[in-house]
Amino acid sequence: MADFVQQFVGGLGAGAIYASLALALVLIYQFTGIVNFAQGELAMFATYIAWTFIDAGLPFWLALVLTLAISFVGGMLIERVIIRPVEGAPELTLVIVTVGLFIFVNAAAGWIWSFLIKDFPNPFPGGALQAGGVSLAYSTLGVLAVVGGVMGLLYLMFRYTKIGLGMRAVATNPESARLVGIRVGWTLAFGWGLAALVGAVSGVLVAPLLFLEPNMMGGVLIYAFAAATLGGFDSPLGAVVGGLIVGVAETLAGSYVDFIGSDLKIGVPLAIILGVLLLRPQGLFGRAVVERA
Amino acid sequence: MSEPENGPKAEEEQGAVSAAGGDRDFLVVDDLHAGYGAVRVLHGVSLRVGEGEICAILGPNGAGKTTLLRALCGMVRGRGSVRLDGTTLSGRSPDTVARRGVAHVPEGRGTFMPLTVEENLRLGAYARRNRAEVQADLERVYGHFPVLKERVKQAAGSLSGGEQQMLAIGRALMSRPRVLLLDEPSLGLAPMVTRELFGIVRSINQEERTTVVVVEQNAHLALDIAGQAHVLESGRIVLSGSAGEIKADEQVAQSYLGYRI
Repeated sequence: MADFVQQFVGGLGAGAIYASLALALVLIYQFTGIVNFAQGELAMFATYIAWTFIDAGLPFWLALVLTLAISFVGGMLIERVIIRPVEGAPELTLVIVTVGLFIFVNAAAGWIWSFLIKDFPNPFPGGALQAGGVSLAYSTLGVLAVVGGVMGLLYLMFRYTKIGLGMRAVATNPESARLVGIRVGWTLAFGWGLAALVGAVSGVLVAPLLFLEPNMMGGVLIYAFAAATLGGFDSPLGAVVGGLIVGVAETLAGSYVDFIGSDLKIGVPLAIILGVLLLRPQGLFGRAVVERA
Repeated sequence: MSEPENGPKAEEEQGAVSAAGGDRDFLVVDDLHAGYGAVRVLHGVSLRVGEGEICAILGPNGAGKTTLLRALCGMVRGRGSVRLDGTTLSGRSPDTVARRGVAHVPEGRGTFMPLTVEENLRLGAYARRNRAEVQADLERVYGHFPVLKERVKQAAGSLSGGEQQMLAIGRALMSRPRVLLLDEPSLGLAPMVTRELFGIVRSINQEERTTVVVVEQNAHLALDIAGQAHVLESGRIVLSGSAGEIKADEQVAQSYLGYRI
């Protein structure tokens, strides 16, 4: 039992990281209908920026704040410069643009920082909290706390601030949003900035667990896709819940299902994606779109 | 509008202000051409709306009534000029036009469905900064539409058609508009509800001196509350006059009012 609880909490820790990247995906999808395949690479790039600051001697948390600020501005710039010209284009065009962005950012990181792996410091103390035979690593608890904090702040922003209300209006009905005087273009850019920031959190949290290298986020992106699909691509809450479920499912399947082990773990999110698309395409929290013929 | 009006006053036409103090040339549309891509819909529409007036735009389906309103608020780009109180609106984006005091209630009402009634109304005041004034205007809108006050926390999508139309007009009022553009407010509503709605529009116009341009298929109702009226056909204005004159016109009567004299 204690072992199960331990695996479960470990799964939540991994799930929280997937959840933050899934949340970034969902934020952008809600506003623009674009699935941003480059989301993971933007997170990886941000993590390199954090690494550069830390390498230069800055304390971790200051480096994090600077990185998040840079990510936010970078996300806005990407929307203005790269996405704006193809706004409203067919889906295939948008997919190709974000895949192109994926390849570009990946190559740029390799060019700037090389493809050699780097050690990324863990901001949380080593060791673990012992409770009833279960040992919970401080780093796992720290990840959960950070992701929980980010979610909480986002919720408060959407629920209680004017810009949050404006963003929800744009996501619901952009044409009407324009008619009440909302600067829709800048709101979209703000949404991309926010998504880049949330994605950067996932990159910085996952880097100490893996090694920092340009392809670090490839696997995480697949888990995040599974999380967003499971929760519903139009539901931020769904992304978070989906991320946690995927994290737990993957960890439990890896430890309790013999033939999966650690090698086949990546199959779990793929099975989840396939299963959700077959059984409940709108996801757990998504709204089914019914159109009258 | 809470933003200071920096409009170039010099542009204002001489002698435009009538003896009564209301500007006769408050909203001026000159030779407006507009359409969608290669499809031209408006072929040189010119009209004037006085300050504090209700102006009705009548006409058959496909005459370009909706396009005219869309061109006024910037949703459709066109050629020609649109000026409000001397400030040029043509060529500006809808969000900018909205911030200059034009509130457009689109066909289909433009409701933010999953948001609550109060959030919908607050969005109407998005460009305003003075919180106390916005709060006061919220109460003012509830005064006009008491039914909305009973549904403050309800999702707007759960309202009836009539309530959603009231919400849309309330949302427009929250911007303290100088001109209110109403596109087919009666669409899909029961006759009783429509009559109530037009009564409210008239009282808003009388109490707050808000200029109203209303596009309507239901010519009777529109002419009852309007001062001036224009008949639009195939993208051109074919008849203009006071609501009384238009009502008395035999051809209009036959075409739009559904009876023969």
